[in-house]
Amino acid sequence: MKIIGCIAILTAIAGTALAADIPQSERRSGTSFMSPDTRAMQDEDTANPGMLWVLDGEALWRRKAGVADKACADCHTDARVSMKGVAAHYPAFEKAFGKPVDLEQRINLCRTNHQQATPLAYESHELLALAAYVARQSRGMPIETGDDPEIAPFVEQGRELFMQRQGQLNLGCANCHDDNWDKKLAGSAITQAHPTGYPLYRLEWQSLGSLQRRLRACITGIRAQPYDYGSPELVALELYLMSRARGMAIETPAVRP
Amino acid sequence: MPSALINVPARAKRGDVIEIKTLMSHIMETGYRHIASGEVVPRDIITSFTCRYNGTEIFRADLYPAIAANPFITFFTTVTESGKFEFEWIGDRGFSETASASILVE
Ligand code: HEC
Ligand code: HEC
Repeated sequence: MKIIGCIAILTAIAGTALAADIPQSERRSGTSFMSPDTRAMQDEDTANPGMLWVLDGEALWRRKAGVADKACADCHTDARVSMKGVAAHYPAFEKAFGKPVDLEQRINLCRTNHQQATPLAYESHELLALAAYVARQSRGMPIETGDDPEIAPFVEQGRELFMQRQGQLNLGCANCHDDNWDKKLAGSAITQAHPTGYPLYRLEWQSLGSLQRRLRACITGIRAQPYDYGSPELVALELYLMSRARGMAIETPAVRP
Repeated sequence: MPSALINVPARAKRGDVIEIKTLMSHIMETGYRHIASGEVVPRDIITSFTCRYNGTEIFRADLYPAIAANPFITFFTTVTESGKFEFEWIGDRGFSETASASILVE
């Protein structure tokens, strides 16, 4: 990973900086840091490879599955109506568990509880396709995650994880994404880490990937042990990032370098 | 489940030069990667792409292992008459997909 090579320099910069929240007026989506070519790819549905997953998700939405032999569409009918705005308030508090679940976990709850099918694996084509299709229905809508009072302690947990230094490089997310978002790391824009476009197509991955995949990549970058897919820590980080981006527009499926 | 995204203008004037954009889902596995145990991941790529305009071939491309996943191919053509563009992707392991788009020329 080219990123690691340049991290040492950043450690020096971050060592002196103090984590401070980004003022509302300076918040910027990761899209605004990209080259015009990559932005054009994101903006046009027939050039955006993420739309391939959206199309597959649409087909899966109508496909019957599990012992219940039911399709998503059998209960939720037209996703363009029933799923509009849904992704904009995830992760959301799940009463049955007393904790938040993200969109992928929510979809898998419907797989297991309502379709009586086996849950889909993290980063599997099917789960990414369904998540992309559901989230696509919120494109352009403002993020509303985090207004549920029951979820407040988990947002705080996510915030602590975001601030906490960890790994062999002893860096916190905030050292890069709050304090140095206007700088570059090995040629990559650091950005403010707003999760507006997930799941998104990363040219480096040559695939669609979830927000959890992105977070695990950043954690590996600071040479810490990444939390497991679906772990409470990753969900708390997703939750904090989404509530930190409240009011910003959903861009799924976005494209990133 | 392979799918394609096609962008052809729905209508154009005779003699106009139009841009055609195509995106095909494909992993484009190079054949040069190894798994942890050392075995080579077999090559699995699209090897050829063709576009026909009312039956006549107007564009063809050969694809190679260095091309990224989900190849995005765009090209230009001059429109002469209403009709159909037919696209065909052929590749390793019997990969064969088609798509089409109509255009109204006035
Ligand atoms: C048998 C009916 C049924 C099927 C089939 C079903 N769901 Fe659901 N879904 C529900 C119900 C009921 C809820 C409300 C929460 C709950 O009780 O689980 C829900 C909630 C959801 C939500 C959260 C909505 C919100 O506002 O927070 C999403 C997203 C969702 N379903 C997606 C899916 C997807 C994707 C599929 C197909 C893989 C699917 N569902 C299949 C019944 C179903
Ligand atoms: C050493 C600096 C550094 C640290 C520490 C770091 N990141 Fe990142 N992060 C980056 C860079 C650089 C990118 C952009 C990568 C690219 O585009 O190639 C990125 C991208 C992201 C993105 C994607 C934003 C988008 O627009 O899609 C998110 C979200 C993110 N990081 C969250 C985190 C979280 C959460 C942590 C802490 C667990 C963290 N990062 C730690 C450098 C860092």
